[in-house]
Amino acid sequence: MIQSTQGGAATHAPLLAIEGLTKSFGKVEVLRSVDLGVAKGEVVTVIGPSGSGKTTLLRCVNFLETYDSGSIRIDGREVGYKDAGGRVRRGERELAGIRADTGMVFQSFNLFPHLTAAENVMLGLRKVRGKSKAEARAAAEHWLSRVGLGHKADSLPGELSGGQQQRVGIARAVAMEPKILLLDEITSALDPELVGEVLEVVRSLAAEGMTMLMVTHEIAFARDASHRIVFMADGKVAAAGPPSEVLAAASHNQRLGAFLARFRASHF
Amino acid sequence: MGYHLNFNLIWRHFDKLWGGLILSLELAVLSIAIGIVIGLVLATWYVSAGRVARAVIGAYVEFIRNVPLILLVYLVFYGLPKALNLAYDAPTSFVATLSIYSGAYLVEVFRSGLEAVPRGQLDAGKAIGLTPWQRFFHVRLPTMIRITLPALSNTFISLFKDTSVASVIAVPELTYGAQWINFNTFRIVEVYLVVTAMYLVTGYGLLFALRLVERRFRVR
Repeated sequence: MIQSTQGGAATHAPLLAIEGLTKSFGKVEVLRSVDLGVAKGEVVTVIGPSGSGKTTLLRCVNFLETYDSGSIRIDGREVGYKDAGGRVRRGERELAGIRADTGMVFQSFNLFPHLTAAENVMLGLRKVRGKSKAEARAAAEHWLSRVGLGHKADSLPGELSGGQQQRVGIARAVAMEPKILLLDEITSALDPELVGEVLEVVRSLAAEGMTMLMVTHEIAFARDASHRIVFMADGKVAAAGPPSEVLAAASHNQRLGAFLARFRASHF
Repeated sequence: MGYHLNFNLIWRHFDKLWGGLILSLELAVLSIAIGIVIGLVLATWYVSAGRVARAVIGAYVEFIRNVPLILLVYLVFYGLPKALNLAYDAPTSFVATLSIYSGAYLVEVFRSGLEAVPRGQLDAGKAIGLTPWQRFFHVRLPTMIRITLPALSNTFISLFKDTSVASVIAVPELTYGAQWINFNTFRIVEVYLVVTAMYLVTGYGLLFALRLVERRFRVR
């Protein structure tokens, strides 16, 4: 599977192509010329110490953050800017259309607290995809069942556990049938005993060929579930490749070795 | 020398109090409704506005909050018609005044509510492809209303009580009715006891109803 997707990535333009991406918050350079491609059906995991720019990178992909230079293209289309006699920020309607094709799951779930689980999933289907109420409800029930929450469709977020809320968050994102799914440390806010149920859902989506770019601290999960691992440090890609290679490179890459040593101590 | 309570004269003129209470409620509901529109529009504008617009809205809020309502009522009823050569009746004048007054308080309530909506929810709205207006109507507004309900209840009760100020320009609401009965019967203790009870029961009833609404829309 890894070979085939890598072969695909070599011959076709990747679904997501990030080139020379830079981004500063004031004087702090968060991203310093990041290059990264994700092929269709590929699962790529970004790891690295906090402050290395992982989350910012992810948030640039659906333009929740602006970026200063470089490009991010999904299916060949630049995400945040267009060339109109110079680099011009896209209008809100265009951005909304691009974001609709880019699913995102957040560390803090970010469910809409006044809507039930089903209504959380339905909102985008109704307002963005223009589906009827019945169609949207059917799709919501389908996806909630897929994440094991068919029986919680009419529960409010406040009535659900963290793991259940996060699975609703996943259902809300994938119901939009995005081209790529962005997962931003989606288990970091969960109690340890709830992490497994969420990762199980991610694993099944990967098995079905969902293209995913995720940031996680679950190194063991990253090793098992992803085709490629990207190690970021100081706003740059410091190492990238198949999980076995990247994790093995720890012996001669000092930063990576130090980073992974902390996880080995606590996780392995 | 004892004062003997005698409520007979009050009951004989009770229609003045009952009609007054109904008018008080009408004044409050109308003014609050207009105030809500003012408050929502200005608060929405404020949170996305530049420095100049913020300063103007801030000046309106501070002016209203630092001038006694009774002065504003006099100003609008006696001052404005002279200055602008207008003519309007006392109830209209009072509703206009209380609307502007309640608008200033509600701008503050709605503004703090809008700013309290977690950023992550707005991000989630963006991430599923909602446009800015859709994010406002389907994400920010519903959450803001739930956040502000307790503060809104308190403001509404205060504004209901503030309708008593309309008595100074002879709007025949509840307090004015009480004054009329007092002047005509001299049963000062009885009439104000009865009117106090009427404000208390109505205010408490409103609060109870609003608390039910709050419970229904509580964010967990």
